[in-house]
Amino acid sequence: MLRHVPRLLSRTNAAAMRWSLPFSTDVPAETPVDSKFVEGWRSVIPNIDPPKTPSAFMSPRPPTPSTIPSKLTINFVLPYSSIFSTKEVDMVIVPATTGQMGVLPGHVATIAELKPGVFSVHEGDKVSKYFVSSGFAFIHANSYADIVAVEAVPVDHFDQSLVQKALGEFTQKLSSASTDVEKAEAQIGIDVHSAINAALTG
Amino acid sequence: MAMAALRREGRRFAAPLISPNPVNTFRSSLAPTEEQAFGGIRGISTQAVRNRMKSVKNIQKITKAMKMVAASKLRAIQTRAENSRGLWQPFVALLGDTPSVDVKKNVIVTVSSDKGLCGGINSTSVRVSRGLHKLTSGPEKENKYVVLGEKAKAQLIRDSKKDIELSMTELQKNPLNYTQVSVIADDILKNVEFDALRIVFNKFQSVVSFVPTTATILSPEVVEKEAESGGKLGDLDSYEIEGAESKSEVLQNLAEFQFSCVLFNAVLENACSEQGARMSAMDSSSRNAGDMLDRLTLTYNRTRQASITTELIEIISGASALEG
Repeated sequence: MLRHVPRLLSRTNAAAMRWSLPFSTDVPAETPVDSKFVEGWRSVIPNIDPPKTPSAFMSPRPPTPSTIPSKLTINFVLPYSSIFSTKEVDMVIVPATTGQMGVLPGHVATIAELKPGVFSVHEGDKVSKYFVSSGFAFIHANSYADIVAVEAVPVDHFDQSLVQKALGEFTQKLSSASTDVEKAEAQIGIDVHSAINAALTG
Repeated sequence: MAMAALRREGRRFAAPLISPNPVNTFRSSLAPTEEQAFGGIRGISTQAVRNRMKSVKNIQKITKAMKMVAASKLRAIQTRAENSRGLWQPFVALLGDTPSVDVKKNVIVTVSSDKGLCGGINSTSVRVSRGLHKLTSGPEKENKYVVLGEKAKAQLIRDSKKDIELSMTELQKNPLNYTQVSVIADDILKNVEFDALRIVFNKFQSVVSFVPTTATILSPEVVEKEAESGGKLGDLDSYEIEGAESKSEVLQNLAEFQFSCVLFNAVLENACSEQGARMSAMDSSSRNAGDMLDRLTLTYNRTRQASITTELIEIISGASALEG
C-alpha cells in the first residue's frame, strides 16, 4: 500500500492545480481576526484549527475621511445577486418607512427600514430606478451606503395593466377575507401593488 | 440506489478476507482463488477474477456517474452561492464580527448535508460545532444545537442528544431559495431561545477546498447591551435609527433579517462545498477502481497464461511419451 503513496500524493496535487485555476473564486486577504476567539479556541481545543469568521472573507471598509468625499459609495444587494458593488454615485433616494430619504455623501450614519417603494440612484444625469419590496438601508459615516433588499426590479420592467389587475384582485380579496391572516395578506398585496402603481404613474 | 450497490460490492470484496480458509488469509485478497486453480479446476479461477473485474467496472461506472452529477449540480449552485456573497457583508460592516462574545444562551446552528459520499465536510462541521460547544460552555451557560441536515444529526445525536433543540432535514429537495430559507430561519427564531446564534458551515473556496466557518448573530437585547457598553459594537450608538416606533423594534427586525440572510448564504455555501467534495471524492474513487481493474487484469492474464502453459506442457509431454 505504502509504495503507492508518492503516486497518490502527486496525483492529488495535480488535481488540485487543475481545478483550483478555473474554479477558485475569492482569495481571502490577510484580514484582522478576533484574536480573543482564536486564543480561546487554541487553549480549549488545541487539535483543531479555529474556524474562520465572516470578516476574514471581506475587504475591510475604509475609515471615515476627515473631509466629505464628492461621491457616495453604494452596495445594493439581493439574495440572488449584487446589483451594485462599491459603485460610486452622486446620490441615492431610499424608500424608508418614515418617508423617502435622499442620501448624499457625508450623510449622518443611519439605519433605516425600507418599505415597498422606488429606490433611485443618481449618477450624473443618469437616474436608474428600482422598485424594492422591503429590506434595510445602512448609511455609514464614511459615505458608504449598504442597501439590502429582498427583491428589486427595475421600474420599467413592470406592466401597468397587470399591476392594475392584481390591485383589483387584492381589493376584492380584502373585502371577502374572513380570517385575520387573509386580511393581512390582502392588505400587504394592496400596499405593494399601490406602491408599484404610484411608482409607475408618478 | 448507488449507495446500496456500493455497499453490496463492498461486502463482496470483504468476503474473501473474512473467509475462514487459512491458506488465503496471508495471500493478497486479489488472487484468493489462484491456489485452488492449480489444484485441478482451472476454469473457475479465471471466472472468479472475471466476475470481480466486472463488479469493479460497475463500481467505476457508478462513481463516474456520481461525479458527473455532482459536477453539473455544482455548476448550478456555484453561481448562486457566489451571487449571494454580497448579502451578508453589509451586516458584518454594521454589526461587526463577534465570535468571542460571552453570553448565556448559545445556540449552535450546524449546517450539513443530507446525503453522504462527500468526503469530510459533514464531520468537519460537526467537529467545529463540538469545539464551539466546548468553548462556550461553562457554569450557568445553556448551549443548544440546531441541526440542519441528516448527516450532522446522525453524528451529534450520539453524544449530545439532550442538547439538540431542533433538527431539520431535506433542505435540498427543491433548489434552495431565499423564501424557503427564511421560513427555516423563522422556525428557528420562534422555537429556540438564544442570546447568540452561531452558524457553522463550510465555505466554498474551490472544488477541492472548503473552509469551516462560523458566523455569529446576536439577539437584539445583546446588541443593545454591547452597543451601550462600548466594546466591538460601540459604533452602533452613533447611528440614527429610522423606522418603527422604538429602537428595540428596529433592532429586532434587523437581527431577524440578518439571520435569514446569513443563513441563506451559509446554506448555499455548504451545498456548494458538498457538491465539490463529492465530485473530488468520486473522482478519486473512480481512479482507485481503475487501478484495481488494472491489477485484476494482470492477475487474470497471468492465470490464463499459466493454465495455457500447463496445458501445453501436458500435450507436449504426452506426445513425447508416445514418441519415446
